[in-house]
Amino acid sequence: MRRILALVGLAAVPLAVLGVFFVLPVSGMLSEGFWVDGRFDPGAVADVLTRPRTLRVIWFTLWSALAGTTVSVLLGVPAAHLLHRRRFHGRGVLRALLLVPFVLPTVVVGVAFRELIGEAGPLGFLGFDGSAGAIVAGLAFFNVAVVIRAVGAAWESLDPRPAEAAAALGASPAQVFRTVTLPALRPAIVSAASVVFLFCATAFGVVLTLGGLRYSSIETEIYLLTTNLLDLQAAAALSIVQLVAITALLVVTSRLRAVADPRLARTTARPPRVSVGDWPGVLATVLVGVLVGLPIAALVVGSLQVGDGWGLGNYRALTTGGSRDALLVPVTDALVTSLRTAVDATWMALSLGLLVAVVVTRRSHTRAERRVRGLLDGLFMLPLGVSAVTLGFGFLITLDEPPLDLRDSLLLVPIAQALVALPLVVRTLAPALGGVDDRQRQAAASLGAGPLRTFATVDLPVMWKPLLAAAGFAFAVSLGEFGATSFLARDESPTMPIVIFHLIGHPGAMNYGMALAASVVLAATTAVVMLAVERLRVPSLGAF
Amino acid sequence: MLTLDGVSIAYDGVPAVIDASLRLEDGEVLAVLGPSGSGKSTLLRAVAGLEPVTTGRIAWDDGDLAGVPTHKRGFALMFQDGQLFGHLTVARNVGYALRLRRTPNAAARVRELLELVGLEGYGDRLPATLSGGERQRVALARSLAVQPRLLLLDEPLSALDAGLRERLANDLRDILRAAGTTALMVTHDQEEAFTVADRLAVMRAGRIVQQGDIAAVWRAPADPETALFLGYARVLEGESAGTLLRAAGLPDDDAAVAVRRSALVVADAGPLAGVVVSARVTPELIRLVVEVDGIGAVDAVARLDTHPAAGDRVSMVVDASRLAVTPTTS
Amino acid sequence: MRSVRVLVPLMALALSTTACSVIGGDSSSEKPASDRVVLVTHESFALPKELTRKFEKESGYDLVVRASGDAGALTNKLVLTKDDPLGDVSFGVDNTFASRALDEGVFAPYAAALPDGADRFVLAGDDGKTLAPVDSASVCVNVDDAWFADKGVAPPTTLDDLVKPAYRGLFVTSGAATSSPGMAFLLATIARYGDDWPAYWTRLMANGTQLTDGWSDAYQVDFTQGGGKGKRPIVLSYDSSPAFTVGDDGTSTTSALLDTCFRQVEYAGVLAGADNPQGAKALVDFLLSPEVQAALPDSMYVFPVDSSVELPADWSAFAKQPTDPWQVDPADIAEHRDEWLREWSDVTSR
Repeated sequence: MRRILALVGLAAVPLAVLGVFFVLPVSGMLSEGFWVDGRFDPGAVADVLTRPRTLRVIWFTLWSALAGTTVSVLLGVPAAHLLHRRRFHGRGVLRALLLVPFVLPTVVVGVAFRELIGEAGPLGFLGFDGSAGAIVAGLAFFNVAVVIRAVGAAWESLDPRPAEAAAALGASPAQVFRTVTLPALRPAIVSAASVVFLFCATAFGVVLTLGGLRYSSIETEIYLLTTNLLDLQAAAALSIVQLVAITALLVVTSRLRAVADPRLARTTARPPRVSVGDWPGVLATVLVGVLVGLPIAALVVGSLQVGDGWGLGNYRALTTGGSRDALLVPVTDALVTSLRTAVDATWMALSLGLLVAVVVTRRSHTRAERRVRGLLDGLFMLPLGVSAVTLGFGFLITLDEPPLDLRDSLLLVPIAQALVALPLVVRTLAPALGGVDDRQRQAAASLGAGPLRTFATVDLPVMWKPLLAAAGFAFAVSLGEFGATSFLARDESPTMPIVIFHLIGHPGAMNYGMALAASVVLAATTAVVMLAVERLRVPSLGAF
Repeated sequence: MLTLDGVSIAYDGVPAVIDASLRLEDGEVLAVLGPSGSGKSTLLRAVAGLEPVTTGRIAWDDGDLAGVPTHKRGFALMFQDGQLFGHLTVARNVGYALRLRRTPNAAARVRELLELVGLEGYGDRLPATLSGGERQRVALARSLAVQPRLLLLDEPLSALDAGLRERLANDLRDILRAAGTTALMVTHDQEEAFTVADRLAVMRAGRIVQQGDIAAVWRAPADPETALFLGYARVLEGESAGTLLRAAGLPDDDAAVAVRRSALVVADAGPLAGVVVSARVTPELIRLVVEVDGIGAVDAVARLDTHPAAGDRVSMVVDASRLAVTPTTS
Repeated sequence: MRSVRVLVPLMALALSTTACSVIGGDSSSEKPASDRVVLVTHESFALPKELTRKFEKESGYDLVVRASGDAGALTNKLVLTKDDPLGDVSFGVDNTFASRALDEGVFAPYAAALPDGADRFVLAGDDGKTLAPVDSASVCVNVDDAWFADKGVAPPTTLDDLVKPAYRGLFVTSGAATSSPGMAFLLATIARYGDDWPAYWTRLMANGTQLTDGWSDAYQVDFTQGGGKGKRPIVLSYDSSPAFTVGDDGTSTTSALLDTCFRQVEYAGVLAGADNPQGAKALVDFLLSPEVQAALPDSMYVFPVDSSVELPADWSAFAKQPTDPWQVDPADIAEHRDEWLREWSDVTSR
């Protein structure tokens, strides 16, 4: 009992945050749908669920998300091997660049993709534009980095000796992978896949932009119903579907994630150079490079086009404000706003995520305790799977009275972004924490180390890299987040994605060029920050 | 002084330790001996503060330890596989607790400890480069560094090979004696227990079935199962027990008797006789299984210069010091 | 010594939370509600800093702008929070959404003094008693004149023309369900064809019309004169768009088809239950002042309602406003929006 209390105590802060900024707003919106004119009337909600259109929407959401996840995993896992288990020049740069899609606003990515695959683009002959395939490619573009990062982090700290032992017993590289490496990586892969699935299932801009309006997902449907039609019953019905589907997904993945012995031996071995046997990784990395690189290249090329020639005019315009003062604020100001918001969102997501990860990975003593941990684990994944629109409108109608009069707060944007990043952070940290042999902590405790000291001695050395990876994720999510940011009240200081959206939403070659240039600046900033984070080493932290 | 009073521990309602009571005086080494799954490790972890006690009381010098977290108990726990911190050097592992307490002259103390465990000059090596025995020595030094008021040893030697285990068990005893350390060790290996400990508690199915001075426990196992676990080869009951006791010149009062493998010695004109079933030569003596008249199959030994073979009829004497009379199971 | 090294990153973290974050930054000191006026508006709201400063100086109120979402999201936000409004005054509800906002009682009455020529933009049924028209922009089909001249083909001029085989595969428009201009175009076709509009849309789709998510996709990617140099010379855009495609020779390469337009008018109004109704009224008046009206074309790409305001040179030369755009009664829009959008989605995804 005392243990469960301690558990709940540790989880109290994240739970409170989740309660106020997720459960309350979402239930507020749901009740708007269920209570019509003050009367409880679930009939309308049930009615929506039987419409053929609703079924079509649900079906499309499921299969497109599944396809997007599959492609991301198939490309991401081999690429993770190359990028995290092999040594070659430019590895760090490549790893940082692959995170760039994360920060690009969907509207820009949509434009970049369509410049490539649209009927006038260099790949227009494929007839890809407006097809479901384009949507899946777009989903993979955004999410393959999640797989690479999360699986790569786990792979990096994997003891190579069991694999070597299997090889010595006569297993081929493929057999070694299938029988030794894959089972050890399974928690990380399942974790990453479940997060990617949630991202895919709630993708908004990609489906609309690349699908040519022929496809609707649950997310786009909720958006339409809520912001355009104010049909809150139908929106509530679909939100319920989202919640149910996510819960089912979480149950399944928690089963798949469980392994008999999660303990990972940590290694400090220097990764070997790339060899011929690494061709799957090389191939996947090249494919990922093409998938991620081509649209970004299209952006860069577009940003350098001035009139009929080439030049840096669009970039110069960013600092001067452009013709007719097209910019809301100088792009440097917007960048500073973006970075400051991202710092906030990052530390929020990291501190919450670390607490949650600690809570969910500690060994359970009783079945009840295990169940509580499992429940908490799933609970913190939910924000990712619920529509940003539902959440945004929910903020407005529930956080309007003291002591929770927060809807005008400057903190709302970083908090919303932190909630989106939280599942990523937890999923990155939990496998590493779960891989620590609990007896190491006990040994430290028995030698007189308090909980914090024990954490610093045993967990932090293992956590350092996953923490950096998680920080990178949170930072990137915040930099690129557009849905919640654009939806929540902003002050006079817009973030980069909003400036870009503003620019690209108006006619004029200059505006278009500046939007692309601003996107490139955002992407470059992200890449530089990620690179700096990767380079950051604090050896003394783990050396106590 | 460590006191356990009626301690029970349960996982999910399934009892792992039932009503365990123990006393451990300062400077004493107590071994808790039991087969795997007997609950002895759970008991140790409860003393360390790693498992919550369901009922009962664990106290140190009359101070209840219930609310005291592991790191404040002033005990040190040494695991079966050492659990060294892989990213720290040997010296930093050993000095870990010293640094926690900001002990001055930590470096000198670390050197002293490494010397104590016979690892002078190993200070700068990483745990991954050590052999299993060396790692356990480092773990021991690390545990002893701040002179814990109680050292908890969880199967400290069982991960090691036989020869090393024997040598290290002797070292361990000497080191503990030299340091005057109070220690609680759990093990499933009776040899290890006999070598290291002063007192013995035998655990089976969650209960402490017997405890006392090591020789006393050895001499008088509480019941037949304990006897078997303590290394007695067979337990005879009823008529066979009577026959054997009479042959040993002991009173036959309807008890069971535990027999070591060397209790019957082949000798001319012994009180017992039987037919050799099998014979096996070892470096020191010949081990036999003999179908003894009125008793049945029992183990016996013969000197190397005799040559009993299967089918031979031999007579035997009984070494009463290798018998233990225990209450019957019924 | 060691703990110092542990402390360094912790201190860095602490620093980052003070200097480089939103929390740590000096947040604008909250003033009492009576000293500030909160404007709730959509994402596209933008005015030059000098103007808003001038307002603050002259009125004595601090102006707080809360801008987010598009006109639809804005309207529905106002409806959902009408019992506890997000601010004092709102700008950006347009004539396709205004009826719903009025029906729900979002706005408090305030009959602002309208500038010259603004009368023609007042909302039918409200007549300026609650909502003041601030700007207008007509959604019109635009054509790439240069492209048609080059091909020697006469550009289309009417909605009827768009379904002719001569213009097969040349038109790109943003969807009605996902974009505000797309909705306006749907309304134009409803006004033109009445109940037969689904048949028109069926023919439009059969004639190779491409649908995109939003305006930027259609114009910037697919339109021949857009930033991405697409392949389609006919696009749905605004009457002001030709002012932005002026070439080096001083002529615009595109023009708006003035027979295909639907006019969007954006309104400002005082929110019911505002903390600072006086400030709200002052802001509505400010939006109607000549300075703001003159700044609208450059800041928000819309026409002022004040007919006496001088337009930027490119605008007066190339941005022609339709004289008689297609119209649908705002009450009808509020009533049928849902049904029309569903039918439109069915027709276009068939």
